[in-house]
Amino acid sequence: MAEITPIRTAAEVALVERFEDLKDKLPGSGEIARGRDEAFALIAAAGLPNRRVEEWKYTDLRSAVREAAPLAERPADAAALVDKGRAFAKVDAVRLSFANGHLVAERSDLAALPAGVTVTPLAAALAEGHPLLAEMGKVAVAKGNFALALNSAFMMDGALIKVAAGTAVDKALHLRFVNGGASPFATAPRIVILVEDGASVTVHESHEGVGTAAYQANSVVEIVAGNGTTITHARLNAEQADAIALSTLAVTLGAEAKLTSLGAVTGGSLSRHQVFLAFAGEHSSLTLGGATMLRGRQHADTTLVVDHAVPHCDSRELFKTVIDGEATGVFQGKIIVRPDAQKTDGRMMSAALLLSETATMNNKPELEIFADDVQCAHGATCGELDDDLLFYLTARGLPRAVAEALLVQAFLGEALELVEDEAVREELVARAEGWLGERT
Amino acid sequence: MLQINNLVVEIEGKRILNGLDLSVKAGEVAAIMGPNGSGKSTLSYVIAGKEEYEVLDGEILVDGENILELEPNERAARGVFLAFQYPLEIPGVSTMTFLKAIMNAQRKAREEAELTTPEFMKRVKAAAQELHIDQEMLRRGLNVGFSGGEKKRMEILQMALLEPRFCILDETDSGLDIDALKIVAEGVNTLRDPARAFLVITHYQRLLNHIVPDTVHVMANGRIVRSGGKELALELEASGYADYREQAA
Repeated sequence: MAEITPIRTAAEVALVERFEDLKDKLPGSGEIARGRDEAFALIAAAGLPNRRVEEWKYTDLRSAVREAAPLAERPADAAALVDKGRAFAKVDAVRLSFANGHLVAERSDLAALPAGVTVTPLAAALAEGHPLLAEMGKVAVAKGNFALALNSAFMMDGALIKVAAGTAVDKALHLRFVNGGASPFATAPRIVILVEDGASVTVHESHEGVGTAAYQANSVVEIVAGNGTTITHARLNAEQADAIALSTLAVTLGAEAKLTSLGAVTGGSLSRHQVFLAFAGEHSSLTLGGATMLRGRQHADTTLVVDHAVPHCDSRELFKTVIDGEATGVFQGKIIVRPDAQKTDGRMMSAALLLSETATMNNKPELEIFADDVQCAHGATCGELDDDLLFYLTARGLPRAVAEALLVQAFLGEALELVEDEAVREELVARAEGWLGERT
Repeated sequence: MLQINNLVVEIEGKRILNGLDLSVKAGEVAAIMGPNGSGKSTLSYVIAGKEEYEVLDGEILVDGENILELEPNERAARGVFLAFQYPLEIPGVSTMTFLKAIMNAQRKAREEAELTTPEFMKRVKAAAQELHIDQEMLRRGLNVGFSGGEKKRMEILQMALLEPRFCILDETDSGLDIDALKIVAEGVNTLRDPARAFLVITHYQRLLNHIVPDTVHVMANGRIVRSGGKELALELEASGYADYREQAA
């Protein structure tokens, strides 16, 4: 039988060349280098994901990525770049700053970390073979994922964060990613957060673009949460309007643990945020949610895989998407309930509001249930602003644009109100108002 | 104050108003009664500016200005207020936020200064008390989880706060028990003013025992077929609308 040689796009060919070029210069040797090779082998074999790949059906990277941008080097003016970032500026937090994916020590509170928190820069950790690296790649349902594999092949910096057992961290950690440059670049930062038994921590994550050239970001945050842990996570995508931004949150949640991860997306020409979560212990709960606001020709994808492998866990997902112009939203949410995961309670909702006739939403909720004593529900809606509501509001004196903004705010508010941290919530709400204010 | 001349309106090709003429003076409370399907609610929507109705002919003058080309919010700024038969629920928008937004939007349209928060609170509190609306309701999403009576009281509260010059009450009595009806009617009666006119649309005479009209108009088949004083309402209560249906047909 003849061997089939797939046709490679220019970007795919360049990606292979870049990896061959770089692999000996990236931090880490031995097992780490072998890990990079293995991860890249997946990419070399399959190429960029495209619409023929089920998980990427609605987000075709092969056609979106025309060129593979070179991996960003540490910018010479890294501190100045970080200083251009505005996200969560008013939020009281310990900051770890990243310029084009590289940790910027002079803009990070490494010397003022809260008690019980340790941070190791990833580049150094990879070079020395740090023991915490063993916490990477633990989520089974994320294995083989393109964005995760790409990050694993190219990861150049980031941080290993450990929250010691029993520590209630009194200040939020803010992972501040600021991207910017005068020529195209790619990033591959990796964050691993080990939260030991009984610890609790709040993590805010912001991604901003402040440069002039289009870039390709691909960040991965992994959280390994022990028993009895509480993790509160909020995330903002305010990437540059011409950026392609992939991001992954991969979580293993121990017993009697609680994780909340909420976010807002306004940036990127194409973005995809993936959450892979595995329940590894009983009586744990998960809340995921977000508000996505798109216009122009933006494309934003939210993809979730929640793996209920053990009994007695709850998961709640609430995602709101507002789409204007010719933009496209994607929501893919998969809840897997394994045979042993009795008494699972899972509820997933994705609601989209289309503000123009050329806006598109693709909703794909999936339940895979192999246990028989569970409660699972999912819903997906897609609609326009209600004419009767608009008439009611305008008849009371609100100009049409104000009435529309009020209804959109109310729609998004349901997801944003879940954010517990008041300062973060206010900023996300203000960004939603700002986005509405820019509507013409 | 309100002058409607030869109003002809269709929706989806179906004629609803058929050359309607109506005049309401400042200080007057005019009632419109009529059988179901006679076009009463359509008339209220067309005055307020609902989009899907097609006005084929005629004019609606408020203080001499034809308002047909104006947006609903522009009509509101000129003092037109419609109390809805079925007030809508808006989850996620607190009643307080909403009240402040509508009051300030109208003030802005009239080039008046925005209300300060204490002034706003003072006005809302006073008006709410009069209508037996408690503070807890004001914190909830607009009309969310409100009973039929509570929704109608909330409409009257908005009317009191916006101080419109021309008020339309569309079947405000529907779904109200007698106690709720009395509260709503009292709320309306306190707003009666020589400079303000009311158009009270109702199917039943009951509401007019509590809001006593100066004039009563009978509507059938999309036009006013008879006009008279308040005694006309009593006559209709006794005889029903059968005569008018035949007349219209």
